[in-house]
This record gives sequence, C-alpha cells and structure tokens, in this order.
Amino acid sequence: MHIVVCIKQVPDSAQIRVHPVTNTIMRQGVPAIVNPYDLFSLEAALRLKDEYGGRVTVLSMGPPQAEAALRKAISFGADDAILVTDRAFAGSDTLATSFALASAIQKIHEDMPVDIVFAGKQTIDGDTAQVGPGIAKRMDLQLLTYVSSITDLDLENREITLHRRAEGGVQVLKTRLPCLITMLEGTNEMRFATLPNIFRAARYPLKLWDKDAAGITDVSKIGLKGSPTIVSKVFAPQPKTIPAEIIDCESKQPKDLAVTLLAKMFTRFPNLHEDIAKANA
Amino acid sequence: MSEETEKDAPKKPAGRRKFELDPRLASYKGVWVFVEHERGVAHTVSWELMGEGRKLADTLGVPLAGVVMGAPGIQTRRFCEEAFHYGADLCYLMEDPLMADYRNQPFTKGLTDLVNAYQPEILLLGATTLGRDLAGSVATTLQTGLTADCTELNIDLENRSLAATRPTFGGSLLCTIVTLNYRPQMATVRPRVMSLPKPDPTRTGSIVEHTLGMTESEIVTKVLEYIPDNLQDKPQLPFADIIVAGGRGMKRPENFQLIWDLAKVLGAEVGATRPVVQAGWVELDRQVGQSGKTVRPKLYIAAGISGAIQHRVGMDASDVIIAINSDPNAPIFDFATYGIVGNAMTILPALTEAFRQQLATLKVAV
Ligand SMILES: Cc1cc2nc3c(=O)[nH]c(=O)nc-3n(C[C@H](O)[C@H](O)[C@H](O)COP(=O)(O)OP(=O)(O)OC[C@H]3O[C@@H](n4cnc5c(N)ncnc54)[C@H](O)[C@@H]3O)c2cc1C
Ligand SMILES: Nc1ncnc2c1ncn2[C@@H]1O[C@H](COP(=O)(O)O)[C@@H](O)[C@H]1O
Repeated sequence: MHIVVCIKQVPDSAQIRVHPVTNTIMRQGVPAIVNPYDLFSLEAALRLKDEYGGRVTVLSMGPPQAEAALRKAISFGADDAILVTDRAFAGSDTLATSFALASAIQKIHEDMPVDIVFAGKQTIDGDTAQVGPGIAKRMDLQLLTYVSSITDLDLENREITLHRRAEGGVQVLKTRLPCLITMLEGTNEMRFATLPNIFRAARYPLKLWDKDAAGITDVSKIGLKGSPTIVSKVFAPQPKTIPAEIIDCESKQPKDLAVTLLAKMFTRFPNLHEDIAKANA
Repeated sequence: MSEETEKDAPKKPAGRRKFELDPRLASYKGVWVFVEHERGVAHTVSWELMGEGRKLADTLGVPLAGVVMGAPGIQTRRFCEEAFHYGADLCYLMEDPLMADYRNQPFTKGLTDLVNAYQPEILLLGATTLGRDLAGSVATTLQTGLTADCTELNIDLENRSLAATRPTFGGSLLCTIVTLNYRPQMATVRPRVMSLPKPDPTRTGSIVEHTLGMTESEIVTKVLEYIPDNLQDKPQLPFADIIVAGGRGMKRPENFQLIWDLAKVLGAEVGATRPVVQAGWVELDRQVGQSGKTVRPKLYIAAGISGAIQHRVGMDASDVIIAINSDPNAPIFDFATYGIVGNAMTILPALTEAFRQQLATLKVAV
C-alpha cells in the first residue's frame, strides 16, 4: 500500500504580529511549523502503515525552507519526502495549488501506484479547506472530508470504511480506493519521533522537484496566472464606532462597580431585562 | 484565498485597474444560495445567507435563487417554500433518491450541472462540513475562485464583482478577496456570522426543476449508517442569548468556576477562548472564534480575554459586550460595549451577586 500525505509548512501564526503603522505582517523571527491539522492526517497514515504495511510519502509545495517540515515528517516515520518548489508557483491560490499538487501526485503514482492520499482538514494560514477537495476532483479520487476514524481497510477488495463528521451526526461510509481523506482534528495524537528516525531525517536525501519534474507543462494553471482569486485589500479590524464605556476599578469597590454597570446597562438596553428573564425560564 | 496574503503586502491591487469582464462570462447573472439540509431540517446558515444574498442581488439588480437538492417528496419541496419566505425569487430544485443523504459525488455533479445550465454570477454556501466539502469540489470542477469563511460580503460596484472579506492568518488583519474573470464567484460563510432575516410567509416564487441524471451504480461511496448526535449533552452556543466566556486571564481551571457561577445566575451558556480549550478547562464545543463557534447573543460577558481577531470574529456580532480585563490596553476594549479594567477574580463574583439581586427584584415585579 502506498499513501501520500500532503503537508504544508506554515508560520506559527500564534506568534505573528502586525506592524502597527504599515499594517503589514511582521514575519521576521516567526518560527515555521508543520500545519497542525496535517499532523492528524500524517498520524492516521502512519497507523495504516503500521497495521497494513506499505510506504508513506510526504509531499509539500513551497519555498526551499519547507524541507524542514518534510524532515520533521520523516522523523515521525514517513518513508519518502518530496518538495515541489519553483518560483513559477509564487502567488498560487487554492485552485493553482491543488493543480500543482495533483500533478505531483500523478507523477508519484506513475512511479509507485498511490492508494490513499491524505490532506489536512485545513491550513492555519490559507485556512480554506479547499486544497484537499481540489486534489480529489482533479485526480478523480473519492473524497472523504472530516473523517474521525478509519474503521476498516480491505486491501484485497480495495474498500475502506470510515466515520465522517456531518453537521448533525456521523456518517458511516464505505468507498473504494483510491481515495482522498482529510482527518478531523483531535482524532489521534502524533507519535514521538524515534531516535533512529531523527537520524534518518537529518540524512535523508530529500527530492526537490521543479515544475517540470512535477509534470506541469501548462504554466497558465499555476502561480498568479492560475489563481482566480486576488487579494484586493488587507486591513486591520476597525474599532467600533461607539467606543466602549470604561468603568474604572480604581475608585470603586467591585460591588459598587457591578451595581453601577447594571444600572447603566439596563437603562441603555432595557430589553436585556426580558432576555435575561427568558434565558432563566 | 490566495497565498498572496502571505506576502508582506498585496502585489496586485485589483480595485484600481479598469476591469473588463470576459464577454463569454457576461451571461452569468443572478445570485444563488445553496440550501443545506439534513434529516428534514434546513440549516439556518442557508437562511442567513439568503438574507445576505438578497442584499447582493438588490445591489446588482438581479434575481436571488435558492438551490434545493434532495430526495423526492414534499419535504424537499418545502425547503423551496421556506427559501421564498427568506427572500428567494426562485428556486432550482433537483429531486432524486440518490441525494437522500449527502454524498460528494452526486451533489457535486448536480450543483455543477445547475451552474453550467443556468449560469449564476455568485454562488454562496454555508461553511459547514457539507458546504466546505461541496464548495471545494464544485469550484475545482468549474475552475473558478472560492473564498472561504467570509465575514463580510459586498459588491464592488466599479466592476460588479463580489468583494469577500475574511480574517487572514495570524496577526490582526482582514483581507478582501475578489474573483475577477471567473464565474461564478463562490464564497462560503460560517453559521451565525450573518444575521437571520425575518421570514415573510406571504412571499412566493417560481420553481425550476432539473434532473440529476445519475444511477446508483455510478456512485462509488455508500452510506452504511448515520449516527445522529445526542444534542442533549452538547452545549448550544450558536443560538444562546447570553454567554459568559473566560480566557487565559482566568489563570487557573479552578477560577473558571466563577464563570460557571455567573452563567448559572443568568441562565447563560459558557464560552471560552482557544487557549482555555486547549488547556482542557472546557470542552471544544465551547470555543468561540474563528476555529470554534460563531455566536450572536444579546449579551456576551468576556472575562480575562484579550480580544484577538480570531476570537473577535466569533463574537463581534453580540448586541452588548461586557469586557473584564486587567490591561487597559487590551484590544477587547476596542469593540466592547462596556469595559471594566480590573481583576476578573474579584469582579466576577460581584457581578454574579448584582445580577442575582437584580433578577430577584424582577421576579417580584412580574
Ligand atoms: C489559526 C488560528 C485560529 C484561532 N482560532 C481561535 C478561536 O477560534 N478562538 C479563540 O479564542 N482564539 C483563537 N485563536 C487564538 C487567538 O489568536 C488568541 O491567541 C486567543 O484568542 C487568546 O486567548 P485569551 O484571550 O484567552 O488569552 P490571552 O491573549 O493570553 O489574553 C489573556 C487576557 O487576560 C487578561 N488578564 C490577565 N489576568 C487577568 C485578571 N486577573 N483579570 C482580568 N483579566 C486578566 C490579560 O490582560 C489578557 O488580555 C486562533 C489562533 C490562530 C492562529
Ligand atoms: N503548499 C502545500 N503543500 C502541500 N500540501 C498543501 C499545500 N497547501 C495545502 N495543502 C494541503 O491541503 C490542506 C488544506 O489546505 P487549505 O485549503 O489551504 O486549507 C492542507 O492541510 C494540506 O494538507
């Protein structure tokens, strides 16, 4: 069995700050991490490999630095890693990204047939949750998003059974391989890297593919050209037009403060009385 | 959503150039809302979108349509009636037993066929598990742009295009995304981000029927079973009228009891920020924000919450926001209605007591 897991290197957005004057993102010194949602998919892939054997290939598209994310995946137990990197990809939106990744997976498949592709539920930077479905459509794979558990894999009949989160419940689905799965967050816990794998990751001869190696001939499908969406404006959220009424603690006891606040609030928003009474009913 | 947001500044400001729509796309007209339903109930996000779609359609001077797909029967047809009540002028109806349960393959084909046949310029879907699964597939099949998890939708009148605003990663930024020379322009919006319009039961509209044209043998994925959630044990934040929420400023899990105490007096739901959920103080269903729930209560009390954009987008639409924070410069004071600068550990019990007394006098009055 051959599994491909798509992982993206993302800035640890919890640590990103915005320049107060220019309103631009200050990326300096912000560490890059593996998109956290991708780890649930990688772990699910590694568990399938533990149980059924086979190989796990991790694939990423991004700048040369993204190799760190792939090495991390190797240290967790992935067998092979490919970084698709080319200046021609700059400015790709999700449609262009899924095109490039699908081309690369097709190439991988020609080398060693692929049974399951995993993607993360979404990224924390792009945050669109579209690249997975996009790859599935382009490659005509069965699409299974928001999977909470894989309950059965029948390699002989090439069938897989799994639980998929729907809005009001869980769908138990059975489908045929090849398929593309995105795992729901919190459904497993990434294993620790073992010492041999950490050494292997450091020495692993990563494959770097440019657009030609990834089998991309139509450059109108990648980069800015292949991206229908355009960012027209980036801006900071605006404070409310009516500023908050600040009730300062310094001068008052908490008790008086609370009473003052309620008096003010119920005068300005008399309907709140009724709302609270209703919530209490 | 473009990787462009990752650059330090957008390279290609779209608004300023004079823009000519490809004449082949000029026939795309009208605003569509995909009506999502499950187990006989429409998802309210569809009606929230219908309200928003109405505004967009009126600005453009085009009709607003609902798209209803499901098993044949009066129940499915009833969703068309409901769509009219919430503002649709017409509905595209696709009835087929193969669409009794949501499955990606038939729904993608159905919606893609409808778009190709009737050519809308804008297509909106809820950013639910179903909506995101379907939107990503349909956008790729149609080779068009899709902007996910929008918090605001407008029409850029200069070039008649949809300007979709969404929070962008990490820092406290929002970005506006346009899809110029591709149709339809697709966007998803999370539940409760838009307000629910008042239905008008006298409104009617016309129904356009279209067939799916698929057989079960063509559909690879089979639904073996559907296990409904037990709603009783799940917190219902999105529709709560009052929410008391706590953040990392509550310091210790034991202190969270102060949040529960106030919530109890108010008959409120308890909410939290992501760090609090990640620390395991409360369950995931209580997380408010970009990667949690969007809420629109009448009253939102935030204690020890800094007001990061990822939290703000989930609760900004609350009618009244009371923020308790010891830092007078905390961003939450930029969008709160009332701000109390001080220690949540002493202010929360005082508030609880004040509300308790207030409610007691109310009960006497009633
Ligand atoms: C992709 C992504 C998605 C995210 N999604 C979400 C999401 O859905 N929801 C969410 O909430 N966050 C989300 N976050 C995290 C978000 O960026 C913030 O980190 C988070 O909201 C901060 O939580 P907080 O306000 O509890 O903690 P902090 O930012 O640490 O704020 C704690 C506040 O408590 C105040 N304080 C300290 N002591 C006291 C005291 N004694 N009394 C009163 N006040 C006190 C401090 O002044 C401070 O303002 C997301 C982040 C990313 C990158
Ligand atoms: N540049 C990339 N390289 C590899 N995988 C990616 C890339 N972008 C997105 N993905 C995959 O697609 C998933 C969804 O991404 P997104 O649509 O950006 O939310 C991610 O979790 C990854 O698994």
